[in-house]
Amino acid sequence: MKLRLLTLVCAMTGFAASAADTDPKDVTYDEYGAVEVSLTGVGGDAANGALIVGDKSKGNCVACHAVTALADIPFHGEVGPMLDGAGDRWTEAELRGLIANAKMTFEGTVMPAFYKDDGYIRPGDAYTGKAPSAPLASILTAQEIEDVVAFLATLKEE
Amino acid sequence: MNTKALTAITAILVFPVAVMAGPDEENLVINGELDMTSVTKAPAHLENLDTIYSGWHFRTDETQALQIDDFDNPAMIFVDQAVDLFATVDGAAGESCASCHDGVESFKGLQASMPKVDAESGKLVVMEDLINRCRTDRMEADAWKWSGGEMQGMVALIGLQSRGMPMNVAIDGDAAPYWEQGKEMYYTRYGQLELSCANCHEDNWGNMIRADHLSQGMINGFPTYRLKQAKLISRHNRFRGCIRDTRAETFAEGSDEFRALELYVASRGNGLSVETPAVRQ
Ligand code: HEC
Ligand code: HEC
Repeated sequence: MKLRLLTLVCAMTGFAASAADTDPKDVTYDEYGAVEVSLTGVGGDAANGALIVGDKSKGNCVACHAVTALADIPFHGEVGPMLDGAGDRWTEAELRGLIANAKMTFEGTVMPAFYKDDGYIRPGDAYTGKAPSAPLASILTAQEIEDVVAFLATLKEE
Repeated sequence: MNTKALTAITAILVFPVAVMAGPDEENLVINGELDMTSVTKAPAHLENLDTIYSGWHFRTDETQALQIDDFDNPAMIFVDQAVDLFATVDGAAGESCASCHDGVESFKGLQASMPKVDAESGKLVVMEDLINRCRTDRMEADAWKWSGGEMQGMVALIGLQSRGMPMNVAIDGDAAPYWEQGKEMYYTRYGQLELSCANCHEDNWGNMIRADHLSQGMINGFPTYRLKQAKLISRHNRFRGCIRDTRAETFAEGSDEFRALELYVASRGNGLSVETPAVRQ
């Protein structure tokens, strides 16, 4: 009973952020766009990261990037480079910065910032097309960013 | 450091290849006789494209086939309904479109120059405005809903009269400020995904975005019959859908913002044949 109630509360609040998380406005990027410090202090879960990368309602990274490790998910895009080998090309800190706000690494990139909650032009309430009725949340939570970083770190060429 | 430079190089190399694999090389001929200009040199005002393509080139063979023969084109049912509506008396004045207009053929050429600035009011008007003005002022009937079946059927019927003619909207003179407004919108990165029209339809046309093959986002085929929705889709409805997909608050169909955007997007296709009504997935 207790456990069910807890799950329900979590489900209702949706993106419940833990108090220990770094706020999107407080993330420190170095001059190359990398983020050295974990956003949560809790290690990422690579398996969950893989789900987020493929899930339309989460990262939906495969909309733009092909990833061989997720070949069972149909329709990978070609707007961004293939992510195979991303774990060789980038350090964990660089990957964290890329997912949190890729514009800090690649100026003007089309890649959206996944850990940012202000500074937008006409932001909407997710995909409803309507103005938001509550303050915006970042697209992914701090822990979801860490999970995606953990998954990308597993993408090695050999 | 080296890895970063390398990625940048790969990213640059990826694009030309993908673009070449983009639009197909077929010719668009309707009913085996009407040769359409579906690929042509970009108009002079377009700085970032050399060649412009109709959205037809980015669709599957099956979807393309539905557009090349009017018997197969599912949009024609709605066009036929509009032919009936054209002659149907409605409203307090007791008139139909046909009471004032000498056959729908008299609108040949109109679509190619729309949107345009109305000489009297100085306001930018689109086809839906012209139709609703007749309905409310001259027929004393209710205005049609912007993206409703009656309205879009009539927009398609009138557009069809210009099929094959090159799009040629004016962007100078009175139209200039509206055109500038539309251009500004086209390059604005709306929404939480911070994506502009140009990010998808100028920087990435020819690329796949998930299951969609990105076109140049031209409107010379609108209203288009969309197989997914099984009805005619208005230009403003398409704009709304694209902006919504950036996690943005959209503009309303029939808003002045979308009129201006329509003028700008139409001008990007100057030189392409009017294809109304096109078929899309
Ligand atoms: C709208 C398109 C788009 C989306 C969505 C997107 N990206 Fe990207 N991404 C790009 C582009 C384009 C680049 C290349 C940077 C540049 O040149 O602008 C890139 C670069 C990257 C890179 C560095 C390239 C490499 O492998 O060397 C990584 C890693 C990456 N993205 C991961 C992700 C992840 C993870 C997500 C989802 C959480 C994501 N991207 C979502 C477009 C996108
Ligand atoms: C996130 C990517 C994205 C953005 C941003 C975007 N679009 Fe699109 N658009 C698409 C996709 C995907 C399609 C369907 C495939 C196609 O025709 O390109 C499409 C289709 C269209 C079409 C239909 C083309 C045809 O031939 O049927 C038009 C017109 C269009 N977009 C205009 C716009 C305008 C104007 C904007 C900005 C207000 C915009 N788009 C922003 C992704 C986008």
